[in-house]
Amino acid sequence: MSTIIIAVVVLSVLALVFGALLGFASVRFKVEGNPIVDQINDVLPQTQCGQCGYPGCKPYAEAISGGEKINKCPPGGEGTIQSLADLLGVEPEPLDAEHGAEKAVPTVAYIREDECIGCTKCIQACPVDAILGAAKQMHTVIVDECTGCDLCVEPCPVDCIDMIPVGVDRNSWYWQAPKTGAALIATDRQPSASTLAAEEHV
Amino acid sequence: MTEYLLILVSTILVNNFVLVQFLGLCPFMGVSNKLETAIGMGAATTFVLTLASVCSYLVYNYLLVPFDLTYLKTISFIMVIAVVVGFTELAIRKTSPLLYRVLGIFLPLITTNCAVLGVALLNIKRENSFVESILYGFGAAVGFSLVMVLFAAMRERIAVADVPNPFKGSAIAMVTAGLMSLAFLGFTGLVSI
Repeated sequence: MSTIIIAVVVLSVLALVFGALLGFASVRFKVEGNPIVDQINDVLPQTQCGQCGYPGCKPYAEAISGGEKINKCPPGGEGTIQSLADLLGVEPEPLDAEHGAEKAVPTVAYIREDECIGCTKCIQACPVDAILGAAKQMHTVIVDECTGCDLCVEPCPVDCIDMIPVGVDRNSWYWQAPKTGAALIATDRQPSASTLAAEEHV
Repeated sequence: MTEYLLILVSTILVNNFVLVQFLGLCPFMGVSNKLETAIGMGAATTFVLTLASVCSYLVYNYLLVPFDLTYLKTISFIMVIAVVVGFTELAIRKTSPLLYRVLGIFLPLITTNCAVLGVALLNIKRENSFVESILYGFGAAVGFSLVMVLFAAMRERIAVADVPNPFKGSAIAMVTAGLMSLAFLGFTGLVSI
């Protein structure tokens, strides 16, 4: 009987010591991320297109936190610049034309499949892995994943990729992201008629 | 001194953990597609294995033996390895982001690497001393890394070679691993301890 108790006690103590060690380590070695970089990254459109000259949205966010200009993101356009200006407390600037123009309508890549020769060049160019295919097999675009960044158009040797505008239908419609800048805090909002009525009721 | 050298040669070549004792086969097949990841995995394993064999030696000799609990060695060693890996991951992440980027994703994988548990248990079975345990763990890990790197280099070439259809993919990798194992069996009798 005492053998079992000793075994249980020893293993429990061992487990407790290890647990305490790991708990201590997770507090002692806590890695603080740079919160402003994450906030900037949340504002950027996550197309990972590299039109800003950085290899993706996160590197550009890091560069912005280090003092880079905020007007180098064509996919985000004026809206993103405005949000960044609000977030960082700087003056919004017009989009830098050097990095490309903002698109009027969102587009999605479309591969004319009978013309595709299966060279995989567009797959390598795609920053979000939205193109499916293999060498000498026809490729196709996963529409839901495509961010419409145009990066696949240039490398295609047979020019079989079109950027077509995305029409809004019942399947692709979604709630618009809230307008940034004003009225993001609950107390800023105008009370609607129903909430006023409810308050009077109470 | 000669004895220590013999332990190293024995674990790296003669009793290679992967190809002769068949321990740690999952990372051997799983992470050997690219030379770069194989090197990362090898480095991470070397680090953890050496540390884990030291810690399990201490736990065994200063905790389990005095309380006469040697029959609990397997479960204690699993615990020790998991803690060593977890602690190492946290510490590396804080102290050296560069090293973390190289080893980071491989560290959790090592927790379930049977070679790590195998070394801890074999240390007990062979009644190794403290220094011998360290060398045994280190040698096993170097042997593991060596085989990983060799195998990954071969697989990179096989990927572009003209392999018959039925052998493509994992099949040819298994055949290659078998041939490598045969080659390593040729070291038998090089040293004997």
